[in-house]
Amino acid sequence: MSTTETQRIEELANREYKYGFVTEVEEDRLPKGLNEDIIRQISAKKEEPEWMTEWRLKAFRHWLTMEEPKWSNVKYPPIDYQDISYYSAPKKKPKYNSLDEVDPAIRETYNKLGIPLEEQMMLAGVAVDAVFDSVSVATTFKDKLKELGIIFCSMSEAIKEHPDLVKKYLGSVVPYTDNFFATLNSAVFSDGSFVYVPKGVRCPMELSTYFRINASETGQFERTLIVADEGAYVSYLEGCTAPMRDENQLHAAVVELVALDNATIKYSTVQNWYPGDKEGKGGIYNFVTKRGACRGVNSKISWTQVETGSAITWKYPSCILQGDNSIGEFYSVAVTNNYQQADTGTKMIHIGKNTKSTIVSKGISAGRSNNSYRGLVKITKKAENARNFSQCDSLLIGNKCGAHTFPYLEINNSTAQVEHEATTSKIGEDQIFYLNQRGISTEDAVNLIVNGYVKEVLAELPMEFAVEAQKLLSISLEGSVG
Amino acid sequence: MLLEIKNLHARIEGNEILKGINLKVDAGEVHAIMGPNGSGKSTLASVLAGREEYEVTEGEIWYNGKNLLELSPEDRAREGVFLAFQYPVEIPGVSNTNLLKTAVNEIRKYRGEEELDAMEFLELLKEKSKLVELDQKFLSRSVNEGFSGGEKKRNEIFQMAVLNPKLAILDETDSGLDIDALRIVANGVNKLRSKDNAIIVVTHYQRLLNYIVPDYVHVLYQGKIVKSGGKELALELEEKGYDWVKNNKAEVTV
Ligand SMILES: Nc1ncnc2c1ncn2[C@@H]1O[C@H](COP(=O)(O)OP(=O)(O)O)[C@@H](O)[C@H]1O
Ligand SMILES: [Mg+2]
Repeated sequence: MSTTETQRIEELANREYKYGFVTEVEEDRLPKGLNEDIIRQISAKKEEPEWMTEWRLKAFRHWLTMEEPKWSNVKYPPIDYQDISYYSAPKKKPKYNSLDEVDPAIRETYNKLGIPLEEQMMLAGVAVDAVFDSVSVATTFKDKLKELGIIFCSMSEAIKEHPDLVKKYLGSVVPYTDNFFATLNSAVFSDGSFVYVPKGVRCPMELSTYFRINASETGQFERTLIVADEGAYVSYLEGCTAPMRDENQLHAAVVELVALDNATIKYSTVQNWYPGDKEGKGGIYNFVTKRGACRGVNSKISWTQVETGSAITWKYPSCILQGDNSIGEFYSVAVTNNYQQADTGTKMIHIGKNTKSTIVSKGISAGRSNNSYRGLVKITKKAENARNFSQCDSLLIGNKCGAHTFPYLEINNSTAQVEHEATTSKIGEDQIFYLNQRGISTEDAVNLIVNGYVKEVLAELPMEFAVEAQKLLSISLEGSVG
Repeated sequence: MLLEIKNLHARIEGNEILKGINLKVDAGEVHAIMGPNGSGKSTLASVLAGREEYEVTEGEIWYNGKNLLELSPEDRAREGVFLAFQYPVEIPGVSNTNLLKTAVNEIRKYRGEEELDAMEFLELLKEKSKLVELDQKFLSRSVNEGFSGGEKKRNEIFQMAVLNPKLAILDETDSGLDIDALRIVANGVNKLRSKDNAIIVVTHYQRLLNYIVPDYVHVLYQGKIVKSGGKELALELEEKGYDWVKNNKAEVTV
């Protein structure tokens, strides 16, 4: 074997899961198990006010009455909710003024990820609220945002510093009774981001958070709340990577968005949790509830997601179009390979007059994976002149994977205009051969076709995110053909 | 010798299609391969391009001093082998420009040349699209998607012009072209002829050969070359029909 060939094989071997490593940080964690006492302890550790503790307890009591949903098109062994530790945080929880004060091991993690905070801060003009496990350890660009009256902080901080806003909006889109996983999250949520953009303010930079599960066997329960007041605009980026791990890890986040009159929220996600190995062992269970309320007239919420990771993804970013003329959008690329399973889609609930929604979903299945689109378009009685356009495409690579589409329509107003298009295509051997014949390798050929297929969705992402997403797609599909 | 095919046997799904092909092609030459439908013309083209479904059971192919059969399809392309497909496939979402940019740069990389920058590349596309009178709007359209039969063929020759191959195999490029398009495409091909490259024109009508005048004509029948000659052989075939060949199988020349 030639040296270049050897090098290449080594490279490929090392590329298995690029972000699979564990950082050693001293951590403070609660014992496994879930009961009222644990919830009080979580709340106490976070120095929360009484009303928050009570809210968590209400959620927990309700959760005890609920059953895990079984309707999705995914399969996994039963989860023992008593075998999970619900709180873990780096031991000391200092407030940093500069990066130099941050634990070197944590900074090392960011360096390995190729997202050194310094660079993020200086080059991209991105304010990074880095969530390391459950506690925010670095928040930047705060001063600049402060000038504009924009609040961008951890949820824990918001609970202490902005209780009125939190009380007013937390649970107002996803109530604590909403669904099994959202209710669990309401009881035990660890941390997350809080954003408030005041009236008439256009947030001048992309707000971004990097999430990362670090402590072994610790489910992560993020809670994010974004409120855009009248006439405000904000674009929020969420990106995640997670270390290699053998046990399945539960991730049940809740994201709530509120857009008031004439406000716009753009929420972009690149999700790359550990998908499990080639045999389907390990990997993250990603059971997320994301929902946005277009409360005001002319408001707009746009979800864009690129989902390449997780063993199981169960996720339906949705829009409740209450305000007249409000707009909901959902752009999604979901990739599954090997034994990954994804059941994802959206719900567009039209309530106001002249509300409009657009759904563009692009599923890609390879290996023995299963990829389902599940979407609901609901036009309520009062929603005069509502319009929806849905485009749900599936791309298959190989013969052992599956793609499924479950579009649900509930139309209760005869003025509604609803259009649904769906296609299923397969990357054909003749297409690959055609590209080979033009000097393009099979791997590049697949990337070329896949990038063409998803470009409509990637175009919705901020530039630097789109580049990262494209790389993730090609890594996720490596070795899927030939 | 640019290309030398020796006693080539190939089969697909257990059926032997090529039954001992011998052919020599030198740089600067244009060879026409004619023959009735089903005689194995496209099979030969596919085997040259490296399509895996076809199993070579016997024989050798030497190309530019290399054993062609040992090269992957993409490496053959990078070595200068180009196939204009009889049925060009549609690739939704991939623009012509994007395909060609990737192709040109992969080929350049293979040859140890610098990648073209965006400006140089667009310049190249513009120049070559004129050669086959291809409207610029085709550049940004998905490869062959929604193209008419003739547009697909024209697009193949456009790609050939951009990639500048040493050995081009044109498989029934004339089919689906009206007379004007045929003239344009043939003109394009003629401009690409040089003493450094060779072209194999596969067709079952002699019409195209009025425009692309071959140095040699070979008749393929039932997986064998049963007759070879100069350009006048094409006319003779036209006049007498393929039955003439079928009845004269003994006259095999190499
Ligand atoms: N995939 C295939 N499976 C089985 N037989 C095939 C296949 N492709 C081609 N053939 C057969 O091979 C013979 C030659 O086909 P082809 O090379 O396409 O002929 P031509 O291009 O000269 O018309 C035909 O009899 C055809 O039916
Ligand atoms: Mg043919």
